[in-house]
Amino acid sequence: MSKNEYLPFSSKLQDLIKHNDAEWTFRFTYVGPCKPGQFFMVSVPKVGESPISVSGIGEDYVDLTIRKVGKVTDWLFENMKPGDGLFLRGPYGNGFDPEMFADGELIIVAGGSAVSPIRGVVQYLCTLPDASDKHVITGFKNPDEILFRDDLKVWKDHVDLTVTVDGAPEGYEGNIGMVTKYIPLLEVKDIKKCKAIVVGPPPMIKFSIIELVKRGFDEENVWISDSRRMCCGMGKCGHCRINSKYVCIDGPVFKFTEHRALID
Amino acid sequence: MGYRMDRTEWKAVFDELGKTYRLFAPVRKIGEGRFTDVDVIRYDFVEDPDEIVWDERSDYSFKDSLIPLSETMFFFTEDQVKEASIDERPVIVFLRPCDLNAVKRLDQMYMDNGPDNDWFYERRRNKISFALMGCDRACENSFCVDMGANKSDEYAFSIDMEGDGFVSDVKDEKFVKAFADHAGSEQAVEPHYITESEYHVERPEDVPLSIFNDEMWDEYTRRCINCGRCNFVCPTCTCFTTQDVFYTDNGRVGERRRVNASCMVDGYTDVAGGLQFRKTNGERMRFKVLHKVYDFRKRFGYDMCVGCGRCDSVCPEYISFANCINKLNRRVEELEAEK
Repeated sequence: MSKNEYLPFSSKLQDLIKHNDAEWTFRFTYVGPCKPGQFFMVSVPKVGESPISVSGIGEDYVDLTIRKVGKVTDWLFENMKPGDGLFLRGPYGNGFDPEMFADGELIIVAGGSAVSPIRGVVQYLCTLPDASDKHVITGFKNPDEILFRDDLKVWKDHVDLTVTVDGAPEGYEGNIGMVTKYIPLLEVKDIKKCKAIVVGPPPMIKFSIIELVKRGFDEENVWISDSRRMCCGMGKCGHCRINSKYVCIDGPVFKFTEHRALID
Repeated sequence: MGYRMDRTEWKAVFDELGKTYRLFAPVRKIGEGRFTDVDVIRYDFVEDPDEIVWDERSDYSFKDSLIPLSETMFFFTEDQVKEASIDERPVIVFLRPCDLNAVKRLDQMYMDNGPDNDWFYERRRNKISFALMGCDRACENSFCVDMGANKSDEYAFSIDMEGDGFVSDVKDEKFVKAFADHAGSEQAVEPHYITESEYHVERPEDVPLSIFNDEMWDEYTRRCINCGRCNFVCPTCTCFTTQDVFYTDNGRVGERRRVNASCMVDGYTDVAGGLQFRKTNGERMRFKVLHKVYDFRKRFGYDMCVGCGRCDSVCPEYISFANCINKLNRRVEELEAEK
């Protein structure tokens, strides 16, 4: 018999970072291989399981940035305190290979909690001697929902960073407007060879790619990350299938040209 | 090795097998059908060979033996997670060629899609041997011949009625003794199979992307009531949903189950936050039909549907699956001609 992959392993909540009322980063003990863009199944006995994207990878932990939006996540927000134990399975999915993006220009567009899957990529870019040709646009609904503020402060010294909010109260000094507003403003030297990663809600992905293509972008150079309902995370339960692909094992990271032929 | 048996001898073989194995076969449940005074044929454990229904297709498939409608995965106590145990005795499943072909599809999904085996499937699968019940005539709504699922030689032993008795071809060594000890005579035996189903279907080799949003599916938005019966009777449908429950008022003890899921039923794609994919029944029909006769093949090299016709017979809206496949094929031809 093979190993029972459905059996979750126990993990300890090391730390809890509260970005706002509905988005917290949970730091769970985990030692093992893991890539940005992969996900874990957070397993709450008697409540359920949820697939959550990895937002940070450390020596003995993984960060899972979670939005309070359903049964399992409500439970986590209401019950978990640092030091508490919980169950996890994973990591699952293909994830990003950040080294792929070391050479040449790159545009990353990420919206809201979708900054999670690219956080590890940007952290890697920040270790390069020169990452000034890496352009990162992060968009959030409003100033209260800006995630990873400490990271953003570091990132702006290494990459060409644009942080924007869809809307803000009067007097807000940062950028206001959709991420798509800032794509035409990026200074790209060789648009044909530039690569892009676009992650976020489906409409944001769609319109961002339209903006990129308008600039002469080669669609072959675009990667996206998708998400679906999942009960297993390993290609069995069927919920995340789109055409002949399973988001859990063939994704969640897809080449855009492959993904656009997938119709829900 | 082939054997010929009269009824008494077959019963002796059956009883012999029953000493070691639990025997899972299609049986008639009187009055338990979907309407008053209507029977249903579904799988159950049998002790007498006469309980087995020979002359009709079962309304539900054998797949309960591998993926029960509801299966407890884990029990949770306050600080422990424990795998639920199952009956450890080996099982012989009696099934038709279409269903034996369906086993290959189930294995494909649970043992060969992605890097991990499905442990719950595997532990049941390892205990099961398959006994092939041959077919003498086509079932209602069947199109198994065109799907290439009208015969199979992946059986441990076959069993067919011939005249007043039975014939059997035994492939798996571990069953030879039971037959050799009780059967009347030896002879070469080939399992029965049909060469003409009720329907013919033609499937498109490839489909244009536009077929996914084609208006041909609108018909099913009007007709289908998304009850999901087609999925539950299908021998090749593998989807499941996990459910966690707790037993007591204090909520300290509970379990995680998985239950058969249907891509036709509401909630299949719901994600936290309210996002939903495929809201109309036409879109769901397209998702299911293309999986059965196209998407699965694109991934694994052969079609998922085995043409048993159960989905057609069970549909309360008289939606014919064979018809739908042929409509799809015609529509693809039309779209290609328009190019």
